[in-house]
Amino acid sequence: MPALIIAGFAVAVLAPFACCRWGLRARYLFVLYPLAVTAYLAGSYAGIVSGAVRRTSLMWMPALGVRFSFLLDGLSLLFALLVSAIGALIVVYAGAYLKGHPHHGRFYAFLLMFMSSMLGLVLADNAITMFVFWELTGVSSYLLIGFEHERESSRYAALQALLVTGFGGLAMLAGLILIATVTGSYELSVILERGDALRAHPLYLPILLLILTGAFSKSALFPFHFWLPNAMEAPTPVSAYLHSATMVKAGIYLLARFSPALAETASWHYLVTLGGVATMVAGSVLAFAQRDLKRILAYSTVSALGTLALLLGLNTEEATKAAVVFLLVHSMYKGAMFMVAGTLAHETGTRDLEALGGLRRLMPVTAVTALVAALSMAGLPPLLGFISKELIYDAKLQAPQAQQYITTLGVMANAVIVAVAGMLAVAPFYGRRRETPKPPHEAPWAMLLGPAFLAVMGVVIGMMPGIFAAPVVSAAVAALHPVTVGVQIVLWKGFNLVLGLSMLTVVMGIAAYAGRAHLLRAFAGLRRMAHVGPLQAYDGVLAGMLALARTQTRLVQSGYLRVYVATVVLFLAATAIATVTLGGTGPGALRITRVHVAEVSLGAVMVLAAWTAARAESMLAAIAALGIVGYGVALMFVMFSAPDLAMTQFAVETLTIVLFILILPRLPRLRRLSRPAVRVRDMLAAGAAGALLAIAVLFAARQGPPSRLARYFADNSLPLAHGRNIVNVILVDFRALDTLGEITVISVAAVGIVALLRLRVETEKDKGAP
Amino acid sequence: MKSLILRVTARVLLPLMSLFSLFVLLRGHNDPGGGFIGGLIVGAAFSLYLFACGLQAARAALAVDPRAFIVFGLALATAAGIFAFFSGAPFLTGLWAPVPLPVLGKTGTPAVFDMGVYFVVIGVTLSIVFGLAEE
Repeated sequence: MPALIIAGFAVAVLAPFACCRWGLRARYLFVLYPLAVTAYLAGSYAGIVSGAVRRTSLMWMPALGVRFSFLLDGLSLLFALLVSAIGALIVVYAGAYLKGHPHHGRFYAFLLMFMSSMLGLVLADNAITMFVFWELTGVSSYLLIGFEHERESSRYAALQALLVTGFGGLAMLAGLILIATVTGSYELSVILERGDALRAHPLYLPILLLILTGAFSKSALFPFHFWLPNAMEAPTPVSAYLHSATMVKAGIYLLARFSPALAETASWHYLVTLGGVATMVAGSVLAFAQRDLKRILAYSTVSALGTLALLLGLNTEEATKAAVVFLLVHSMYKGAMFMVAGTLAHETGTRDLEALGGLRRLMPVTAVTALVAALSMAGLPPLLGFISKELIYDAKLQAPQAQQYITTLGVMANAVIVAVAGMLAVAPFYGRRRETPKPPHEAPWAMLLGPAFLAVMGVVIGMMPGIFAAPVVSAAVAALHPVTVGVQIVLWKGFNLVLGLSMLTVVMGIAAYAGRAHLLRAFAGLRRMAHVGPLQAYDGVLAGMLALARTQTRLVQSGYLRVYVATVVLFLAATAIATVTLGGTGPGALRITRVHVAEVSLGAVMVLAAWTAARAESMLAAIAALGIVGYGVALMFVMFSAPDLAMTQFAVETLTIVLFILILPRLPRLRRLSRPAVRVRDMLAAGAAGALLAIAVLFAARQGPPSRLARYFADNSLPLAHGRNIVNVILVDFRALDTLGEITVISVAAVGIVALLRLRVETEKDKGAP
Repeated sequence: MKSLILRVTARVLLPLMSLFSLFVLLRGHNDPGGGFIGGLIVGAAFSLYLFACGLQAARAALAVDPRAFIVFGLALATAAGIFAFFSGAPFLTGLWAPVPLPVLGKTGTPAVFDMGVYFVVIGVTLSIVFGLAEE
């Protein structure tokens, strides 16, 4: 399993090169990865649905108890199948959608990176492993939403998604660490067994709030729902994959995965159910009022996620069954509808509902596909959507409390969803033909394959749910409710209240669709209320933070290098005084044993050179004098037997002088030297700092025996690390992680410096010349 | 500043110093030396060549953009760490080949890591030096 995920990242890294060589045809190569994952999952299918689970684990941080663990059970199998199967379809679709785009190599790299991260997330068995993949999905989502990075709205939307989900991710991390402290392990399998201890613990409520923040922010549930409609800036294949079928379901996955451990308390019921209900209603109503096809789809996804949260909040066995089936069917129809919307936008040049109409003769296959998907969305038999709606009503009616309210709100929200389905699939294709920016024609086969496949599956699974859906659904439910009787899904259950509710919903929905214009006019006043909400809160917080940063910078950073240096030097002096007075026996006898003539003369030369540098009247003289000081330090290292340090210091000093020489022509001439009074002040400050630091070092040097660490390194360098040069062995073996961090930092610094230099050269060229 | 003496000596010194830097890199594990110092020596060598023969000649002598060195070095260092995963050990465990190679001596992941550091330092110093020399 881990090999599969790492392979995905490897393919992602190679994607841009493959696209350079083979262009868009490379997508047939890329689609092999999700197909391979699907094949692997299909191979494990039989085993998992009969109750087995598969676990793999690699050591990562043994000291902290963190491992790289993976678990394949019913729930993760379902999610992983969704990720890989829909992923394969999206890879093919995106190829046709992006034809002509210069950066498609980059796009596929990000897409495959996301696919691997999402697989890692749902397959993870360790809390920290899951968190790492959670954040990776957030990063790849950022890269994908901001793919058209030339547009400011894309950049804004990408940053918003990253900040909101990242904030939730941090809260989730805190919650996970608290859980691990309470239950004693980071492994999810262990945590889920110790649910009772967790629920009884006094820290339960903070843990719940933190985990819920993470889940709610990732799945765009109220009050974090505002990032999802803005994320529609992404190219449509991205929206179809991430923001309907997979990434937004990650929060739902988190809720589901932790429900055996965290649910069954009043707090969970209230918080999750209420959040779900609020989102469900708000999402559906907002979807009804939109004109842009993708925003309609985004808000209806928000509503669906609210329904899923609501069902997980109820946490009964029927509710879980309903949630799992709804998860499956929603991914299928929403993915299909997003792809249809993308096809419409691609072929006609517009996504505006008012501008699309009567296209069914010109785009017949797309129209039929959209219609089938919409029937599933509206919940009409014999599609899987119908079964799903029935199960949801069933679960709501059997809720422990407040069934009437939940069911009524559910009916109203679903009615609006039926109307929305009509808006998406009926309005663009039927009715009067309207003018579109580009002459419409049917889409290429690659863009028809995805939605058609998903729509057909909706019908097939709907008609034969026992064969296709029941095994994996029951395995998923069993993963969450260990004591279960087995799950049966049938298409027709006879005339009962639930069927009545479904018919009522459909009738109300058709009425709402027909009277849409009137309804929108009647509720126009409410639209003004939409301007005060969580989105404005986000904007306000961000603007406030930037304003604070600007004020603070203006106060502290004056722009004068000498002020900064003076601050550093004086602080150093103060620290030295503190060390001497607080840290030892105070100024006592300094034991100065032997002093070589060589050391003293070298020291004198260095002091003289430093004096010359301070008093120099030309830059070149100052640089040369500083060079002497530097080489003097290197000679000191040689004298005190530190050959590695000495070699490094020689090389660094040489390169520093080289750099000075390179910028010398561009430095301003030393025109105005400081006044004598200022010079005296500077000399006192520098002298005090240097002297005090020297005294502090002398006192530190006479403290006791060498530290245990030095002895450990000296003893173990040869046997454990096979090296005699202890300094080098520490750098590349014992403390290799620090070195890795250092080289990353200097690489980033180098990239920044080159960018800044390039910028200067370019502005000079612009100013310079004809 | 195009001095004839400097030009001729730089043309000889560049390959010599590069070879010396490789020597310093390889001896680092048992004697003073190592990746950082080797990289800085190459940086100094190419800076000398830059002063002697100009920026274009120095870039041509390097043949590859310095930033590619940075990326290659980081990838090498990370790969040396990830290699430990294949034996089930934590990240950055030092694994040594059982048989020492004829010229290079004992090889293992710390040696590869040191090479990664070497390339990064070359890339960083030369990006900055070449960047500043652009005029």
